[in-house]
Amino acid sequence: MRRSKYVRPAWLGEQGEGGQGTADKPRLTTSAMIASLAGPDQRTKPAPFGHALAALAETRPEIVGLTADLAKYTDLHIFAKAHPDRFYQMGMAEQLLISAAAGMAREGFMPFATTYAVFAARRAYDFICMAIAEENLNVKIVCALPGLTTGYGPSHQATEDIAIFRGMPNITIIDPCDAHEIEQVVPAIAAHSGPVYLRLLRGNVPVVLDEYDYTFELGKAKMLRDGNDVLIISSGLMTMRALEAAERLAEDRVDVGVLHVPTIKPLDEATILKEASRTGRMVVVAENHTIVGGLGEAVAGLLMRSGVIPPAFRQVALPDEFLDAGALPTLHDRYGISTNAMTESIKGWL
Amino acid sequence: MNTSTSGAVQPASQPPLSNVSLADRAYRIRRHALRMGEVQGQGYIAQALGIADVLAVSYFHGMRYRPEDPEWEGRDRFLLSIGHYAIALYAALIEAGIIPEDELESYGSDDSRLPMSGMAAYTPGMEITGGSLGHGLPLAVGFCLGLKRKKSDSFVYCMFSDGELGEGSVWEGAWSASHWKLDNLIGIVDVNNQQADGPASQVTGFEPLEARFESFGWHVQRVNGNDIDALVAAFDAARNLTEPKPRIIICDTKMAKGVPFLEERERNHFLRVEPHEWQKALELFDAGRTS
Repeated sequence: MRRSKYVRPAWLGEQGEGGQGTADKPRLTTSAMIASLAGPDQRTKPAPFGHALAALAETRPEIVGLTADLAKYTDLHIFAKAHPDRFYQMGMAEQLLISAAAGMAREGFMPFATTYAVFAARRAYDFICMAIAEENLNVKIVCALPGLTTGYGPSHQATEDIAIFRGMPNITIIDPCDAHEIEQVVPAIAAHSGPVYLRLLRGNVPVVLDEYDYTFELGKAKMLRDGNDVLIISSGLMTMRALEAAERLAEDRVDVGVLHVPTIKPLDEATILKEASRTGRMVVVAENHTIVGGLGEAVAGLLMRSGVIPPAFRQVALPDEFLDAGALPTLHDRYGISTNAMTESIKGWL
Repeated sequence: MNTSTSGAVQPASQPPLSNVSLADRAYRIRRHALRMGEVQGQGYIAQALGIADVLAVSYFHGMRYRPEDPEWEGRDRFLLSIGHYAIALYAALIEAGIIPEDELESYGSDDSRLPMSGMAAYTPGMEITGGSLGHGLPLAVGFCLGLKRKKSDSFVYCMFSDGELGEGSVWEGAWSASHWKLDNLIGIVDVNNQQADGPASQVTGFEPLEARFESFGWHVQRVNGNDIDALVAAFDAARNLTEPKPRIIICDTKMAKGVPFLEERERNHFLRVEPHEWQKALELFDAGRTS
């Protein structure tokens, strides 16, 4: 529910718990456009996409980078600095960005075009659809701020980007979890001929999956930990949260498996069906996306079509609403995708 | 399979191609288009008749290509942004020898390579998928940047229309083309002052066009798009210009040019022509050529 703009915050002027919040739960302020998703003690790597692309471009002369005035905010500035003659600043014009990338692909280049997910999904959709997807061109669309990863409000929160792109034929959709994965995704999508939409985590990106002996493979879902009570099927940053929730639930003797599905389309149907068919496990699909049209509904549709009916099916996802502005930790709690909120939800469903 | 058009309309007789004048080319492009129009009984035939002279000058004077190898790397690229003008471009591609002439009987039919709206995946010589308007010029920017990266001397000819100028992406492309100094880009605007809901000058108003493109940093020419000599001069000037800027040729054309009773129809954006009128149209058209 959106608040009324004519009602002042009730806590204004109050001291202590009312005004500043409590010591363990202070009232937070909206951070810069892209807050790091890393916890205070979490390991991170800076700009994994930018560094990986700059390195890959050393051996792939056909790679060019284009952006619509967001090089710094999509980590493409690392590539631009390493390969200035292969960097194209297209200005604040996403329809042009996508079309120019398509034209360069037609001339034999492999463009990586970057912007925010909202602008690609909403503003440039027709151009991605007709100029790139319909022609199956080799353009990689790399977008920061997927789902709820900014507190700037609906103008910048791409909560429905997966739903939008899932309906587009030919396009591959990747939702990586961490820096370790992004570093592997970049060469993998370059090796794949065809259009790709990559949900980018940028800046200081958490490193998690190296502890799970994990290797990214395009189109493959992978079990990160096994468990007999609950199977969490997740993508993107929600895999990180799922792994944390699994640890916490283990303390309550709930045995949670986590299946990471970084490729949303095409879906690794065989692996999902195999894991969801195992008897006695509740299936929870967790995604940084609206409950409409994302991984959850993709998995639900797959299970229904295949006659695989788990004992229970639940979704951890954003509500079908325009979300609030504010501090990300507050919003992730409010909308149920923080580790705490997710853990409590699963406990409630058991 | 495609059905024949029952022979009511016969192909134009084939003169030795080396002796064919641009006026003859334009005549034959119009005739191919009329024959395709007859297959469907309706369509964007008025645009095709209007733009035929521009296409004749493009394909038989301005552009470099190899009919037997439509993907030849050294070709000039012709981007048709206005997908509904496909009937006109098919006629030019037939005349250019890129599409066999007998294929025009399949226009807009099931399993045809000549769909009603032009698409890159369907037709040899069709470089882009148009139809969702406002795509051609920003795409052209990418083609031009790519050609420059390859140090190619090929040109990109991008055809769009007056009504299409309402799409904001056209202006994103126009702005960017001059920023990147794309001197390998030749824009062609068909100004026929007709769009779906009425005269383009009334629907949104697009003038002053020369001043608008000049202010975006383009070299601008405006010509009568049905005057072949003027078109030849403009195409030569655009190609030979040494200034590092994109070039545009604004072509004022007459809808349904060459078929008087269709020229006079007030609303001829999408023409419905009765079966008996096709023969009349061709007779008038052929008579007009010899008079």
